[in-house]
Amino acid sequence: MRIFNSTVGRKLLMSISGQLLIIFVLIHLAGNSTIYFGWINAYAEHLHSMPPVVWVFRAIMLAIVGTHICYGVMLTLENKAANPTNYAVKRQLKASFASENMIWTGLLLAAFIVYHLLQFTVKVTPDVAWTANQAVVDVFKMVVTSFSNAAIVVVYALAMIMLFLHLSHGIPSFLQTMGWNNDKTIPVYGTAGKVISAFLMLAYISIPATILVGLLKL
Amino acid sequence: MSAHTSNTMTITLHVWRQAGPNAPGKLEQYEAKNVSPDQSFLEMLDEVNEDLIKAGKDPIAFDHDCREGICGMCSSVINGVPHGGQVRTTACQLHMRTFKDGDAIYIEPWRAKAFPIIKDLIVDRNALERIMQAGGYTSCHTGGVPDGNAILIPKPEADYAMDAAECIGCGACVAACPNGSAMLYTSAKVAQLSVLPQGKAEAAERVCAMVDAMQENGFGNCSNHYECQAACPKGISVKFIAKLNREYQKALFK
Repeated sequence: MRIFNSTVGRKLLMSISGQLLIIFVLIHLAGNSTIYFGWINAYAEHLHSMPPVVWVFRAIMLAIVGTHICYGVMLTLENKAANPTNYAVKRQLKASFASENMIWTGLLLAAFIVYHLLQFTVKVTPDVAWTANQAVVDVFKMVVTSFSNAAIVVVYALAMIMLFLHLSHGIPSFLQTMGWNNDKTIPVYGTAGKVISAFLMLAYISIPATILVGLLKL
Repeated sequence: MSAHTSNTMTITLHVWRQAGPNAPGKLEQYEAKNVSPDQSFLEMLDEVNEDLIKAGKDPIAFDHDCREGICGMCSSVINGVPHGGQVRTTACQLHMRTFKDGDAIYIEPWRAKAFPIIKDLIVDRNALERIMQAGGYTSCHTGGVPDGNAILIPKPEADYAMDAAECIGCGACVAACPNGSAMLYTSAKVAQLSVLPQGKAEAAERVCAMVDAMQENGFGNCSNHYECQAACPKGISVKFIAKLNREYQKALFK
């Protein structure tokens, strides 16, 4: 199949899987923000009352993340091979730190997602060990206790900086790959990419930060 | 003329020298003396070469042809930017007045897997021609000369095609791309032909064939750094890459 083999086809797969992941990032933020309204336990309970939905959703997410990572690594390795010799002097005109380090910000985000799942989904990290013998886990209590630890908050903040870098190139990039771009929109997308990624980063960091400074407590 | 002599500069050049495709290469240092600000970059190199020839040394091999900025032959990365970084200017149209007395200039060949070095600053750019051969044409019947207005082309579409047709095929986009990708070049050719009625008939086959040829010839994948547009001496826009992406999606369903 052309889409799985060709350079443009695989970029399309990167773009579409990336867009689906951005939609997930938005939905996840909306879900997380229920913590500010005191609904997070009700929200978690509601989700877990539908195991088939949750598991189908998880399987789809795994497929999307898997596609995005596999093609991301493959395309990056090919790109390194296509440009094997470095210039003695190279001046960058347009490429940014974000655009040049997509693979690294992406892989760091993947590592963070594994940690995040081990912590709040599988619940095996030391800070959530206390939840082991609870029949129903108090999600609000779990989140607040974990984010009272400054080291954990720093890890989350760093991960969200990676998210900012990844999406500030990723958002304009997926629009370009879909072909939804012209001379007028190119600069607009560049700015929109930065603004939206900055919003997402700050919104996500706000939760652990609010807890750490004691504005949200048990 | 006094103005000519009083303004001359001395420039230190660091030039990539490589005897052949498989020979090891390295940067070598030369002094360019009495450089006039009115000289073009290539004229400055010509004078350095004359001195080298007089001294019985091998002159620096570099590509050039029209020296008017329209043929796409000149191809040097000057101080880290293809064609030297003056906006919309080929190396042959770059003038020494953009440099200062005492400057050091690094001159390197286009670097990409798809462009093997032939000698010094000359690279083999036939890979671009092979992309062109794969689909950069329209099939038409031969015969009598058709009437000039037999096929009406709206002005905006003609302009769009002409903007894409400005590409001189020099390969600066590939040289600038961190991925050694030829997407800007390929997209300019695809966009130019796909927007015109004569090219629409073969649009799907063309985009697939040219993208495949790009891949088969060792070019990398586009990851939207947009270095290509910034380095392009003709200012070809990455909007044509978006156009190629649209054409490719249409072709996927054919």
